[in-house]
Amino acid sequence: MDLAFFGVQLLNGLQYGLLLFLIASGLTLIFGIMGIINLAHGAMYMIGAYLVWDLTMRLGNFWLAIVIAIPIAVALGLIIERLFLDTLYKRDHLYQVLLTFGLILVINEAQRIIWGGDVHSVAIPAPFDASLQLTDNLQYSVYRLFVMGVCLALAGGIYWVIRHTRLGIIIRAGAVNRDMVEGLGINVRTLFTLIFSVGVALAAFAGMIAAPLTSITPGMGDSILITCFVVVVIGGIGSIKGAFWGAILIGMAETFGPVLIPSLASMVIYLIMAAVLLVKPRGLFA
Amino acid sequence: MLHRYPKRVAFIMLALLAIVAFYPLWGPAVFGDQSEFILEKLTLMVILALFAMSLDLLVGIVGLVSLGHALFFGLGAYTLALASPDFSPASLWWMLPLVMLVAAVAALVVGVLVIRTKGIFFIMTTLAFGQMLYYLVSTSPFTGGTDGVFIMFRPSVTLGETPLLDMSDPHTFFYLCLVLLVIGFLFLRWLTRSYYGQVLDGIHDNEHRMQALGYATHGYKLIAFVISGVLAAIAGMLAAMQYGFANPAQLGWHTSGEVLMMLILGGMGTIFGPILGAFAYEILLFVYEHLTMHWPILMGLTIIVAVLVLPRGIAGLIIAPPWQRKKTPAVEDEVAASPSVRSTTQHKEG
Repeated sequence: MDLAFFGVQLLNGLQYGLLLFLIASGLTLIFGIMGIINLAHGAMYMIGAYLVWDLTMRLGNFWLAIVIAIPIAVALGLIIERLFLDTLYKRDHLYQVLLTFGLILVINEAQRIIWGGDVHSVAIPAPFDASLQLTDNLQYSVYRLFVMGVCLALAGGIYWVIRHTRLGIIIRAGAVNRDMVEGLGINVRTLFTLIFSVGVALAAFAGMIAAPLTSITPGMGDSILITCFVVVVIGGIGSIKGAFWGAILIGMAETFGPVLIPSLASMVIYLIMAAVLLVKPRGLFA
Repeated sequence: MLHRYPKRVAFIMLALLAIVAFYPLWGPAVFGDQSEFILEKLTLMVILALFAMSLDLLVGIVGLVSLGHALFFGLGAYTLALASPDFSPASLWWMLPLVMLVAAVAALVVGVLVIRTKGIFFIMTTLAFGQMLYYLVSTSPFTGGTDGVFIMFRPSVTLGETPLLDMSDPHTFFYLCLVLLVIGFLFLRWLTRSYYGQVLDGIHDNEHRMQALGYATHGYKLIAFVISGVLAAIAGMLAAMQYGFANPAQLGWHTSGEVLMMLILGGMGTIFGPILGAFAYEILLFVYEHLTMHWPILMGLTIIVAVLVLPRGIAGLIIAPPWQRKKTPAVEDEVAASPSVRSTTQHKEG
């Protein structure tokens, strides 16, 4: 492995890790604040990708498609939260697992009914459809750099909201003691709806911007869900910071794993998780 | 202290057992040509009932929600498939203990890592370990990748050199599964009513209090995890015998989700409930598959409705039928004493 190749891999790992962070941050927020384990999170990632593919086909413009798809994703989150999750907050995790598992079945099958089982792709949109010439035979896609930038900006945005705004104070307090926050007269109901919609929309948005980089397949949500679970477990459930570093770590492991240890590639992230759990059973940042 | 159920529970379960056990007598008359096919389905239901029951010990009795139980189911299947010789049947006398041993060791290793975690962490870590084995077998050259491993001959049951049971006969195999299910049920019933089972019950209610009373709760939970894993592996072995192959899908997390569905449909924490749940799930699946190719949507909606309106499952309906609830408060108390329901009410108060 020469240096340029190593550098490209490093960038790929970083880009994948940042994308994972977008999905995992929603997952960890929804659990940390609402105490809900949302298995349908990966399905929303898939929905995001399909929405953008469909809208790009119809409108002929990727950016317009994203602008239209985001409110749809938020609305979907709103509907799911109000319709199904509302009654589950006080119940055992088992019921949340089962209900969101049921949602996966419904969403996955709805996807099949609406869009079919074919594999699709979205062209890399202008003005990012160029690549940088790194060495004579190594190029790097500008769109990947753009995705990195967007993810970093969003991560910074999330950090700022949680650290420096009144909403952030409520979110942090809610993660520590929900009942106390409610006792202080804050409408937890509305907060939950907001957190869930935003969290789910983040996952869908990750699917949207990832659409030009990956093939859009019916099962894409399931595999990313499990990876994000590993991220959240490693980082510590409910911790945004943990989700960030966990995502970077797993992104790197998934990128370098197949190159360095091909025989164990698919298991690397689980081995990392097992190692982390042995040392810190509650995750690195919890 | 352990919940005694109304007499009708025993009556219904015995009636169901009789109906299932005598299927070879009435099946051909009712289903005609289809009866062999239905027998296969019935065998599968019995196997899945054992699988669901094994998970109930963990989820319903101890209160540990595992989303990786398929790990042990698949492990049982793969152990049989990989240990069987290619051109002759293996001996069940060897295979059964081998499967149980492999599952016990695996459950011990995984259990030591996950048993200290609680609630959502337990869910996520069991899920991750299940997926770890899933990727291991679907990429490793020894396990046939995504195609899985075929089992050419069902294990034989012999005494010395004389064959005792002909496993290739679907009826014989059906009764083997049924007998193992009944043994598994009686074992779990005995276990949950024993002193050990009462400690598990106590852990489910309030682990801190049990620790304060001097119980090494992690050890108790680990034993339950191992027993549960071993029973699931036996079910997995039977499933592999039934299908004639071991496949990565058997240990994927969708299988773990499905068995949880059976649990909730049947009613958890009751041991007999999951049996009903497995039958109900498979019957629903059968009907939905015939109705539409988009059957997962119906199954998904069924599970959502079950979670929202029938959290105690079919067992809850049998123990305390809706029309009896208001009239006899005694029954209500009985329901309130069942572990699954207790955890629900606890959360409501908290």
